[in-house]
Amino acid sequence: MSQTSVSYLEYQGKYKGILGWILSTDHKRIGLLYLYTIVSFFLVGATLGLLMKLELIAPGRTIMDAQTYNAFFTLHGITMIFLVVIPGIPAIFGNFFLPIMIGAKDVSFPRLNLLSWWLYVIGAAIAISSQFLGSGPPDTGWTFYAPYSLRVPTNVLSAVLGAFVLGFSSILTGINFITTMHRMKAPGMKWMKMPLFPWSLYATGWIQILATPIIGITLLMIVAERLFKIGFFDPSLGGDPLLYQHLFWIYSHPAVYIMILPAMGVISEIIPTFARKTIFGYSAIVISSFGIAFIGYFVWGHHMFAAGMSARSLWFFSLLTFIVAIPSAIKVFNWVATLYKGSINVQTPLYWALSFIFVFLIGGLSGLFLGSLAVDVHLTDTAFVVGHFHFIVFGGMGYAFMAAIHYWFPKIYGRMYDKSWANTGWLIFFMGFLALYFTMFYLGMKGQPRRTYDYFEEYHSGNIISSLGAIVMLFGLAIIIINLVRSARHGEKAPADPWGGKTLEWTIPSPPPIENFEEIPEITHDPYDYK
Amino acid sequence: MFSGASNFVNSVDRLTLLIFLISLFFLVAITATMIYFVFRYNMKRNPKSEHIEGNLTLEIVWTIIPLILVGFMFIYGWRDWKMMKSPPKNAFTIKSNARMWSWSFSYPNGKVTDTLFVPMNKPVIINVNSSDVIHSLYIPAFRVKQDVVPGNKNFLWFIAQKEGTYDLFCAEYCGLRHAYMTTAVVAMPQKVFDKWYIDTAAVAKVSATGKLILPGLAIIKRNGCTACHSFDGSKIVGPSFKGIYGEKTTVVVNGKEQQVTVDDDYILESIYDPNAKVLKGFQSNLMQPYKDLISKDEVKEIAEYIKSLK
Repeated sequence: MSQTSVSYLEYQGKYKGILGWILSTDHKRIGLLYLYTIVSFFLVGATLGLLMKLELIAPGRTIMDAQTYNAFFTLHGITMIFLVVIPGIPAIFGNFFLPIMIGAKDVSFPRLNLLSWWLYVIGAAIAISSQFLGSGPPDTGWTFYAPYSLRVPTNVLSAVLGAFVLGFSSILTGINFITTMHRMKAPGMKWMKMPLFPWSLYATGWIQILATPIIGITLLMIVAERLFKIGFFDPSLGGDPLLYQHLFWIYSHPAVYIMILPAMGVISEIIPTFARKTIFGYSAIVISSFGIAFIGYFVWGHHMFAAGMSARSLWFFSLLTFIVAIPSAIKVFNWVATLYKGSINVQTPLYWALSFIFVFLIGGLSGLFLGSLAVDVHLTDTAFVVGHFHFIVFGGMGYAFMAAIHYWFPKIYGRMYDKSWANTGWLIFFMGFLALYFTMFYLGMKGQPRRTYDYFEEYHSGNIISSLGAIVMLFGLAIIIINLVRSARHGEKAPADPWGGKTLEWTIPSPPPIENFEEIPEITHDPYDYK
Repeated sequence: MFSGASNFVNSVDRLTLLIFLISLFFLVAITATMIYFVFRYNMKRNPKSEHIEGNLTLEIVWTIIPLILVGFMFIYGWRDWKMMKSPPKNAFTIKSNARMWSWSFSYPNGKVTDTLFVPMNKPVIINVNSSDVIHSLYIPAFRVKQDVVPGNKNFLWFIAQKEGTYDLFCAEYCGLRHAYMTTAVVAMPQKVFDKWYIDTAAVAKVSATGKLILPGLAIIKRNGCTACHSFDGSKIVGPSFKGIYGEKTTVVVNGKEQQVTVDDDYILESIYDPNAKVLKGFQSNLMQPYKDLISKDEVKEIAEYIKSLK
C-alpha cells in the first residue's frame, strides 16, 4: 500500500498515540480535535441549560440559589457562544471538508491551523478557570454589560481574557480558509464552480477577520477599566455605558452571521445531494451570503432599541434590520425550489436539513416582531428574545451541525450509523425543542423578563411546558450521541459515496487517505452535476 | 391583547397581529410546499430528477414581495414608536429612581413611593434615573419599556386608561436580586388620585396596600432597603435588621477586624458610608451611599424602627 492511500485515521507520522493527534497538522485530524473539544463543551453548556430549566419549572427556589442561577446562565452563554457556536461548523467541518471540496491536499497554512486549535484550547481553559479561581464565577451574562461587569467582585477578568484569546483562534482560521480558497482550488475550479459550503466559509472568513478585532479591543477595555479605573464605560468615572454596548454589538451581531452562514452552507450541500438535483439559484445563494455578510455589519443597533439611542439611528437600524432578512428569505426559497422535480431520497441528514428550514423560518419570522420598533419596545429583554435567538442560533447552527454530522459521518469514520435510531433521536429532539423554545414566545408576549431566577405565578404554566421540553430534547440528544459514538467504532463499513453526492469529498475513499487525493482532480463541470 | 390598559396597547397589538398573520402565512405556505415536494417528488414516484438551474423571474419576485412586506412593518413600527417618544405638553411628570434592586417614584409635591401611582386618562411622563448600574423600567400591560442607563437622561410616557394594578419589572439584568426588582403600577380615577395626592398624612402610606405604617418602615421601604435587608433574620445580600440593635458585632475595616456596637451612630455611618465598616461575612462595595437620599432625621426614624425589631 502506498503512503498516500493510508487513511488519515491509521496514519503513523513522526508522533505516536495522542501526540499524533494534538501535534498533527493534517486538516482532517485538526477537524476531529475540534469536534471532540467542541462537543464536550456543548455537553457542558447543555447540562447547564437543563439545570436552569429545572430551576425554572416552578416559582421560588427549586434546585439552586439565585447566585448559582446567575452564574449558570452566564457560563451557559459564554460556553455556547464563544466555545461552541462561533467556532462550531467552520472549525470542525470547514477544516475537514474545505480542502477536500476544493480539491486541495490541506489548508494553506497547516501549522497555523494547529496553532488555532491550541489557542482555542488555551482560551477555553482561561475562560473555564473563571469558575474556580478568584472570587467566584462571573454573573454578568455573556454580554458583560457595563457598568455592572466593572463593579461586581466576581471573576469577570478571566472570562473576558478567555474570550479575547478565543478571538485570535477565530481570526487565524478565517485567514487560513480565505487564503486556501484563493490559492489552492483544483485546476479548472473557477470561483463560480466552487461548492456552496466553501463559499459560505469564504463569506464567514471575512467577517471573522474584520469584526473579531473589535471585540478583542472592547474586552481589553473592560480589563483596563477593572484594573486601572480608566473610565471608558463607567459613568461614575466619566465613561458611557452605551459606548460599551455599541462596541460589543459591532462584533457580536456580525458574529451571529459567523454562526449562521456556514450552517446555511451545510444545508446548501445536503439539499441537492438528497434531491439528486442541482441547486436552484446557485448564484443567488452565493450573492445572498455576501448580502448577509455586508448588511450584517450595520444592524448591531437593533440590540439597543430600548437603550435610549437617537431617533435617527433607530430609524436606520430598524430599516437595515428588515433588509438583512431578505437574503435569508432568498436562500430559503431557493432550497425549497431545489426540491421541485427532484428525485428525493429521504434520509437522516435530509430530516435535519428540512427541520432546519422550519425552525430557521420561525427564528427569522420572530425576528420581524423585534425589528419593528414599536413592538420591540414591548418584547425586548423578555423571554421572547430568548426564544428568538435560540431558534436562530440553536435551531439554525445546531440543526445544521446535526445535519452535517449525519451527512459526513460515513466519510469521516468510514462507517455508517444506525439510521432508524438516528431518525428516532431526531424526532424526539425536534419535539422537545419546539416545546422548550416555542413557549418562550408566549411567555415573552405576556411580559416575562429574561435572565430572571424567579417569576410570578401567571408565568408558571408556560415555564412547566418549556422545562419539560428541555428534558425531552436532551433525551433525544442522548439517543443521537450514543448512536454516533457506537457507530464510529462498530457501525457497518461505509462506501465512498453512500448518498450519491457529487462534490469532491465523495470521489475519494471513506475514510479519506492522508493526503486526500492520489492525483489532484481536474474540474470540468458544476459542483452539483446530476444531469 | 387589545386590553386598552394604556394608550399604546391597541396600536402595538395591531402591529403585532399583522406581523403574526404575515409570518404564519409564510411559515405554513413554505412548510406545506416543502412537505408536498418531498412526497410528490420522492425517488419512488419520481426516479429521475429534472435539471433546473434556476429562474431569474422567480428570484426577483421572491426578493421584491418580502421587501414590500417588511417595508410596511418598518413604517408602522416607526410611526407607532414615534408616538412613544412624543408626550403631550400637559403631562404629569414623575421621577423614577432605580437601584439594585428596588424602584422609587418622586412626585412634584415631594411625595415619594415604592409603588407607581398614576391618574387615569392623563398623560404621565416618567423620567428615569439609575443610582448604580443599568436597569430597565418595564410595564408589560402598558407595552412600554425604557432602559435606565446611569448618567443618561431618558423617559417614557403613557396614558393609563383602565383602573387597576399592573406589574412593573426590571427588564435589564442587574445582579443577584434582579428577578425581585418588581413593583406595581396603580392606575386610579383622577378624583381618587387627587385625594391620595393631596393627603399629606398619606406621605407615610407608601405601599400599595394603603395601610398606615410606621415612619421608619416607610423610609426603609421607599428607599428599597428591603431588597437586601430582611426583617426576619434571614440573610439576603446584606445583614438582616432583626435583633441587631444594641448587639456587639465584628466588622471589617480596611481588611482588619474590629468590634462595634450597633447604635444610632453605627446605623448612620452604615447608611452614609456603607463600605467603611462592613459586617464580617458580607461583601463590600455592593451598597451605595445614601447621604443625598436620606436625611439625618429620617435615619433616626430608621434606627427607631430597627430598635423595635427584636
